Amino acid sequence: MAVNALVTNPAWDWPVVGAYLFHPSVLHAVLFTVELTALGIVLGFLLGTVLALMRLSRVPLLASAAWGYVWLFRSVPLILQLLFWYNLAALYKQISFGVPFGPAFFSVDSMDLIGPVTAAALGLALHQAAYAAEIVRGGFLSVDPGQLEAAAALGIPRARQIFRIQLPQAMRSIVPAAGNEIIGLVKGTSVVYIMALPELFYQVQVIYNRNGRVIAMLLVAAIWYLVLTTVLSVVQHHVERRFGRGLARTLPPTPLERARRILTVRRAARRQGPAWDGGGRR
Amino acid sequence: MSTPMVDVRGVHKSYGPLEVLRGVDLTVRPGEVTVIIGPSGSGKSTLLRSINHLEKIDCGYVAIDGELVGYRRSGDRLYELRERDILRRRTQIGFVFQNFHLFPHLTVRENVTEAPISAQGRPRDEAEALAAELLEQVGLSDKAGAYPRQLSGGQQQRVAIARALALRPKVVLFDEPTSALDPELVGEVLEVMKALARSGTTMIVVTHEIGLAREVADTVVFMDAGQVIEHGPPRQVLDQPRHDRTRAFLSKVL
Repeated sequence: MAVNALVTNPAWDWPVVGAYLFHPSVLHAVLFTVELTALGIVLGFLLGTVLALMRLSRVPLLASAAWGYVWLFRSVPLILQLLFWYNLAALYKQISFGVPFGPAFFSVDSMDLIGPVTAAALGLALHQAAYAAEIVRGGFLSVDPGQLEAAAALGIPRARQIFRIQLPQAMRSIVPAAGNEIIGLVKGTSVVYIMALPELFYQVQVIYNRNGRVIAMLLVAAIWYLVLTTVLSVVQHHVERRFGRGLARTLPPTPLERARRILTVRRAARRQGPAWDGGGRR
Repeated sequence: MSTPMVDVRGVHKSYGPLEVLRGVDLTVRPGEVTVIIGPSGSGKSTLLRSINHLEKIDCGYVAIDGELVGYRRSGDRLYELRERDILRRRTQIGFVFQNFHLFPHLTVRENVTEAPISAQGRPRDEAEALAAELLEQVGLSDKAGAYPRQLSGGQQQRVAIARALALRPKVVLFDEPTSALDPELVGEVLEVMKALARSGTTMIVVTHEIGLAREVADTVVFMDAGQVIEHGPPRQVLDQPRHDRTRAFLSKVL
């Protein structure tokens, strides 16, 4: 019934959806959304990892600096941060590189340095870094302290302890949370529409303001968001399997393997008649 | 008299108001096996962990083969070493934990080769040849490609022993190596340890296995309340203890 209503109600405007789904301007917008997400996540998690290691370090200054960063960037709404970076030019007309209070080597107009695209990517990454820092820190805390003790007792160098022993085990709890964040950010990029950047959500608004097919265009955007998050979910599953090595006795099957197994069991059951139920209840 | 392999002098250690070690002296000569017994809370494990500087000590010193562990001496004061130097000196000391602490995301072979490669800078093929030899020695040649979770507790502890030996340490410390094992798995680990003891490895073992003490120990040390109460050959300490507290402890565990 619901499916029927979805297909037959002309208000859904499926032909328009079809016409715009692969429209060049929409495809460009999808690509831009992907780029923004990738930049936000990669830069966000790089900075977030640095912040997490600072926070976990035994140097009080580093730990409190990282705490301050997380506090600030988690407290201010993303949309406000974005507008702030976007309007940085209003705050400082020129940005100079050189000796503090000394001669400048060169200076640039902040409008050139921080255009809308940079402002958007920067804003997303800096905001994301605060959340990433907590996720990475949580991952490190989830690793049995005995692991670090064993590594220390073996004389393994400190950096190697972190990246070879702790991080791979921390990844097991980092990956699901990070998957959440990435998928959140795919959709979160839609807030940069306030900066009039041609990402997916902004682009469909431009189009429906022109052709008046609001529902159809929102459907186009929804379908693309679905496609992007589906791809990411599949990737996440495989990354989790990769880091699950050694932690379970056997790796869980991929969804494809599971589907294949169910099909073969069914087929076998059909050929042989009902399965033997172990003879328990009779 | 040759220099002792392990020399512990006047070690004190407190956690806040709780004094865990109250002036412990211990000397272990090269090739000797020392077994430390005593009631829980007597400071045995803390002493062992102090020997490779997993615990900082408040007073006294520990030296391995004449070299201070964790500190350097300047005049008559001791200064804690930088972490890098502490780590370097630790490679002379093997440590086997009660709960194995194998790296679960690395294969058995990688567990054994990790420290020789990254802490001692040995070439990979040399480290792998050594790992093969050590796994043979603990009877697990066929498990080199397995992950620790795929092994039984006894097998895991034997891998942990191979991992500790891979550093070619001057002394191997065992912290209750069989306490986390099911009773039927204790034997296989003890067999490996006995073979190791007979091969002339310097060992300090904290254990409740009185049988192990009787069979391979050169010296048995009885500790209680942060102090060494008595020490000597197993026959003397286990069969004719001089101290009441030793007698009381042994009557409970034997």
